[in-house]
Amino acid sequence: MNPLRRLFGRTRRYTDIDISIEEHIQERADELEAEGMPRSQAEQTARREFGNVALLQQRSREQWQWPALESVVADLRFTLRRLRKSPGFALTVLLTLAIGIGANTAVFSVIDAVLLKPLPYPASNQLVSLWLNAPGAGGLANFSSGLQLSPSMYFTFSRHNQSFQSMGIWTWSNSNITGLAQPEEVPTALISGGILETLDVPPVLGRWFSAADQDPHGGKTAILGYGYWRRRFGSDPSVIGRTIQVDSQAREIVGVMPRGFRMVDRDVDLLLPLAFDTQKLGMAPFGYDGIARLKPGVTLQQADADVSRLLGVWMDSWSNGPSTNPHYYEKWRITPAFRSLKQLVIGNVSSVLWVVMATVGMVMLIACTNVANLLLVRAESRQQELSIRAALGAGRARIARELLLESLLLGLLGGVLGIAIAYSALRLLLAIGPANMPRATEIALDWRSLCFTFLLSLIAGLLFGSIPAWKYSRSRASLTTAGASRTSSLGRDRQRSRDILVIAQVAMALVLLVSAVLMIRTFAALSHVDPGFIPDHLQTFRISIPESLVKDPLLAARSHNEIADKIASIPGVSSVSYASALPLESFDPNWDLIFVEGKSYQRQEPPLQMFNYVAPGYFNAIGSRILAGRDYTWNDIYAIRNKVIVSENFARENWGSAQAAVGKHIRQFEKNPWSEIIGVVRDVHQHGADENSPAIIYWPVYLNTPYLPTPAPDAVRSVRYAIRTDRAGTQNLINQVQQAVWSVNGNLPVASVETMQEIYSKSMARTSFTLTMLAIAGVMALLLGIIGIYGVIAYAVAQRTREIGIRLALGAQRSKLKWMFVRSALALTVAGIAIGVIAAGVLTQAMRSLLFGISPHDPLTYLAVPLILCAAASIASYLPARRAAGISPTEALRVD
Amino acid sequence: MTVGHIPIYKIVIQRYPPSMARSTDTRDLFPGALEIMILQSLRHKPMHGYALVKHIKQVSNDLLQVEEGSLYPALQRMLREGLLESKEGVSAKGRPTRIYRVTNAGIRHLEKELSSFGKMFDGITRVLAFNEA
Repeated sequence: MNPLRRLFGRTRRYTDIDISIEEHIQERADELEAEGMPRSQAEQTARREFGNVALLQQRSREQWQWPALESVVADLRFTLRRLRKSPGFALTVLLTLAIGIGANTAVFSVIDAVLLKPLPYPASNQLVSLWLNAPGAGGLANFSSGLQLSPSMYFTFSRHNQSFQSMGIWTWSNSNITGLAQPEEVPTALISGGILETLDVPPVLGRWFSAADQDPHGGKTAILGYGYWRRRFGSDPSVIGRTIQVDSQAREIVGVMPRGFRMVDRDVDLLLPLAFDTQKLGMAPFGYDGIARLKPGVTLQQADADVSRLLGVWMDSWSNGPSTNPHYYEKWRITPAFRSLKQLVIGNVSSVLWVVMATVGMVMLIACTNVANLLLVRAESRQQELSIRAALGAGRARIARELLLESLLLGLLGGVLGIAIAYSALRLLLAIGPANMPRATEIALDWRSLCFTFLLSLIAGLLFGSIPAWKYSRSRASLTTAGASRTSSLGRDRQRSRDILVIAQVAMALVLLVSAVLMIRTFAALSHVDPGFIPDHLQTFRISIPESLVKDPLLAARSHNEIADKIASIPGVSSVSYASALPLESFDPNWDLIFVEGKSYQRQEPPLQMFNYVAPGYFNAIGSRILAGRDYTWNDIYAIRNKVIVSENFARENWGSAQAAVGKHIRQFEKNPWSEIIGVVRDVHQHGADENSPAIIYWPVYLNTPYLPTPAPDAVRSVRYAIRTDRAGTQNLINQVQQAVWSVNGNLPVASVETMQEIYSKSMARTSFTLTMLAIAGVMALLLGIIGIYGVIAYAVAQRTREIGIRLALGAQRSKLKWMFVRSALALTVAGIAIGVIAAGVLTQAMRSLLFGISPHDPLTYLAVPLILCAAASIASYLPARRAAGISPTEALRVD
Repeated sequence: MTVGHIPIYKIVIQRYPPSMARSTDTRDLFPGALEIMILQSLRHKPMHGYALVKHIKQVSNDLLQVEEGSLYPALQRMLREGLLESKEGVSAKGRPTRIYRVTNAGIRHLEKELSSFGKMFDGITRVLAFNEA
């Protein structure tokens, strides 16, 4: 029979059984009565003959049941009924669990999407980032991207390697698109051949770039990102073959990438071929990221060795021009250190995420101990009932099952509520999460998260349920135990398990609080760092003037100058200027050799220095200061007078003081003329408050470029403007800026508009995010810990009412009685602190990379947190202790 | 089947373990016996529970006695298996009860059981006859 119909027809079946059996007995009784038996006796006899009516009804019903399940269902209903009867308990437990599970699910969803799931490319485990270490290349090989590849390296590696199915290089850019609507700057990936083959994501329309597209003399083509195609072309499939103006150059659209396609870790609106001209390539510049798809079975080490060999080939086959030594780069000690592409994408966010996961996991554990404690108390109050059931023959497993069922049910219900909390928590996490969180778009509450929630709920239920289940099913507990409620105090054994839970709780709370305080102190330390500029009231945005729009470098330089002048006349703007890169931008404009006049390098290379390119008034605009000498003037710049400004630390290193540096000379290459230092400026934390200020050489925005065979004047075309104004961040200002820019050139988009304050808080986001999470967790842990201690002491007081009464009757002093309870709480707390301090000492090591200006073993923190905990424990235990001392002996002895 | 002491064969459903048989002078029939009796009786005429017990008792000349209680779990099992169906009805005294009747599947099942029962009985008879010879 259909099981469903069986289930639903069951009530009718049960009625049938009862009616049949009842009629059977009545008929038999009738018969007996007819034989002369009195009615009452006849009915009794009929029932006796029939057998155990209730049992037989049950057996008959069971034919329609799955007995094991049915009894579980019965237990469940019993449990639900019991929970409904104590809504306070149920609500406390469910809320605690829901918050714990919800927070864990939310953080898990982030970790799963960012760290655990493979990248969204076919066979993405074969994808590697071509990372090169080059300890001799100074700042060119930095911590965040290693030494990037040069185009000539790409050609050598891709032609001669034996490890890769395909490889390519690419770089980020922004393109000005004109002719569609307003001029628009869109994020663009410039890619070499091999990139799309490596990522292996087919286009949704059209095709990938072909070899012909990578020919510098061939047709100009472009591929659209899905988002841009939808936004600007309304998902029009006939877009293939149309022409768009990219940086004032006509390009034919040959393909559209599918939804969700990302260039490694960013969304792109446009893909353009790099189209290198191999005739004109030197060994530099090292400005491209490389990726490759490994051949099956090839390991990273094999690929490293393979490319290591090719570095020699590269130096043999390319040159930076006549009279240069291609083997010069041996000094850089370039070694391949390839890593999985996923590792590159994830970057340094994993330590933050794991710390946060550990944190919420610990809060969950604390919550579980609290719930376990509550359940223990509850089981305690059922001791008598359970003993009676055991005496009536209920098996140990049967009672354990019921207790476990209750906790599992609580866990699962908590999980269901937790999903709702996770949903909102996830939105909160993403809102306060680190800026540029990798793979942020992939984060969602998907079935993997739901599975996690389910498992977590189950495990939590088992975890906090197993303690009472194990304890109470074990005490087979003859009825004497049940009757033992008149003993004056609680069984030592029972109290002990709750004490252990409290100790664990205090230990975990201590770890969380220590971590939180360490983060707070880190944040404070970071906030006290003087960044070397004033981030408030500073509006910034980027403008790029491509060569295809304004060919003449001087004209390009003058256009920027003119834009700055126009902006300066906007009301409320106190100063405006621009530079290649503002502080805290995620890229360095350049690094190269700097020779100091009069210094002997004895055939050694001088160290590489960081370059920035600035316009007059830049230091004033960002709120820096000229310590010695003077700023550039436009006359210095347009006349190319070979002047230069350097940072204070560079001046001190070479000449001892800022003043001494003025009038001295430096140059970039030996063939260049010397440049005179006209000014020394304050150091700026260019890479964030937690990084040292680098020495910076500030070149002018218009200068003789040393990178051409014969030096010629060149302009810095992409610059970020800094406007100091109280109106920073207002839409009104941005509109006026836009008008000012367009009055100079109508084809220039105003891109990445941000206030410096926004950029600054983004650079602190990792710290403030970790801080927020740890602070929330720490406060929760503290609260849960207080509740836990309060609960244990309050319960002990309730259980020991008789004993207290006797003590009082025998003359105990009330103050001593209070102290007795506070002391027992403090003993537990101190034990917890001892364990917690050791645990924190070990666990906070994992946070080392997140800390700034403070050791993970900061003594002040380790002193303050235990004191806080002791104070909290005293308060938590004092309240019930006072109640105990207030007991009147006569009343206490009347209990029970 | 033995001389002198006449045993009453209590037809007990198989679910009870042997230890639960009540006394030594009653004997359980082989598994499935109760089922055959019920099917055969109801094939003859749809009946309610009490009538069924009385019918088996009378027809077997008091030799077979259904343990009253155990009848109902057996009936429910057969209902579940689709061998029987039940409908509302009234007893001889006019009380509401449920009338059981055999389904087609029940008849097929009965015939199969009867034929295997016949074979078994035949076998037993032959073995016993051989021993006595």
